[in-house]
Amino acid sequence: MRIAVASGKGGTGKTTVAVNLAISLAATEPIRFVDCDVEEPNAHLFLNPELSDREVVVKLLPEIDEATCTHCGACAEACEFSAIAVLGEEVLVYPEICHGCGRCRMVCPMDAISEVPHELGVVEWGTARGFPFAHGLLNVGEAMATPIIHRLKEDLDERTAILDAPPGTGCPTIAALAEADVALLVTEPTPFGLHDLRAAVGVARSLDVPTLVVINRAGIGDTGVESYCRDEGIPIALSIPFDREIASLYSEGTALVDARPEWGRRFLDLASEIKESTK
Amino acid sequence: MRSILFLSGKGGTGKTSVAGAFAALATEKVLADCDVDAANLHLLLAPEIVDEGIYQGAKQAVKDEGACIECGRCREVCRFHAVSPSFEIDPYLCEGCGACVTACPVDALDLVVQDTGHWFTAESRLGPLAGAELLPGEETSGKLVAQVKEKAAGLCEAAEAEWLLIDGSPGIGCPVIASASGVDAVVLVTEPTLSGLHDLRRVLGVVRHFRIPAYLIINKEDLNRDIAKRIEAYAEEEALPLLGGIPFDPKVTEAMIAGRSAVEVDGSPAGEAMRLQFEHLMRAIA
Repeated sequence: MRIAVASGKGGTGKTTVAVNLAISLAATEPIRFVDCDVEEPNAHLFLNPELSDREVVVKLLPEIDEATCTHCGACAEACEFSAIAVLGEEVLVYPEICHGCGRCRMVCPMDAISEVPHELGVVEWGTARGFPFAHGLLNVGEAMATPIIHRLKEDLDERTAILDAPPGTGCPTIAALAEADVALLVTEPTPFGLHDLRAAVGVARSLDVPTLVVINRAGIGDTGVESYCRDEGIPIALSIPFDREIASLYSEGTALVDARPEWGRRFLDLASEIKESTK
Repeated sequence: MRSILFLSGKGGTGKTSVAGAFAALATEKVLADCDVDAANLHLLLAPEIVDEGIYQGAKQAVKDEGACIECGRCREVCRFHAVSPSFEIDPYLCEGCGACVTACPVDALDLVVQDTGHWFTAESRLGPLAGAELLPGEETSGKLVAQVKEKAAGLCEAAEAEWLLIDGSPGIGCPVIASASGVDAVVLVTEPTLSGLHDLRRVLGVVRHFRIPAYLIINKEDLNRDIAKRIEAYAEEEALPLLGGIPFDPKVTEAMIAGRSAVEVDGSPAGEAMRLQFEHLMRAIA
């Protein structure tokens, strides 16, 4: 089973929920943890994994052989991303815009284009608290996060996987959520939280992924999220109250279930509710 | 016109709350919400839509079932794993590059333009606003961000505005890079947590990569004084000017529920802190 922990709004507590769910569930069954927020991965700060393997994720950039190129412009015309331009006798490639699809190479009538790997980031694997851990890191200045997320997902198998998804509703979130058995949407009870929860529910529904909601920092705002969930028939599977001690534990990278063992039971109940919901 | 972009790396640190407060304090300004994945700034602004439209940013490969001979060339050339073993195209994986269209020997594939987002311009209680929302499940938020910036530039010209305040996205990827191109200054909003510091380092890397002057605000600074101090030390090391810290203040959420920023309600310690930070920023970039 794949459990994706997601949210439209950032900073609602995705990593808190994913990490505590993983630690609690790992005591009862084999799991793996995959941090799919490759732009700003944080789960390692709480799980302190021992990382043992690393792989560079690349995209292929076109390289033009000036001697063979006739500057016909077929490559520029074929590129859907305007990542290649022919200006007089010069061919310019814009590495940050290029998606590495290879179409320019396919259409070049002179075979003047070859491709060279360009590093987008890395994927790292290891073990945390007895279970497999993986995360990815997009290189600073790179725009394309999804190939790293897809690489992380290649390792998924029958073992229950907890995926910490990136915030938002765009391509990286979709890449993390696609094919999940359930999306656990973490929100906060504020107008911002509600607005972005709606967007996240929209994405999960468009991918046919069933949703459950976790309300974090319960008590700080209003009742809009609860009314919305009731109207939409989305179960609220867990509420974590706003509590300065919980915030303080988070700030220093301590998992809630380690400092407050009574939460272990609550996260196991959450796991049962997740499994129940996918039956 | 000069533009100030609000970024954070980590989500939920208070970017929009700070952007909303600065919007209330600045004069002769236009506002842009470039967090098209999870746009919230309008919730503080009571906007009235002036103009709106559908943005068609992405293309997608579509197959003519009748023409397809199931040769599998599309699946061979697709680098995004968007063609299934039975040669169905997955719209979420398709990047719209057209490699399959070029490869198809029987012209059974075509690129079709998709509706990817909804953009708008509005009049709001704090000035003209441009924004957009990505349609559920659609991609290319970077292009939609560029579209919002173009609309905002038009509003600035019409209003002869002095400032453009842009609310950005969390992260460091495509929408952040699109929002950062060409801005004059970035205000980084962080929080005193290990995650906040970790993510600040990465987003500062992006801002420095594009050689944009940056300023720092530490939100909820009293949540963990030790880590707040570590962030201050880091900022000093990096020659990143600190505009100041904002205390944790429930009035920020109360104001949000009332559709206001914290500088617009009485007796908000966070609002007072942001007033000082705004003045500090204005002096720094004047």
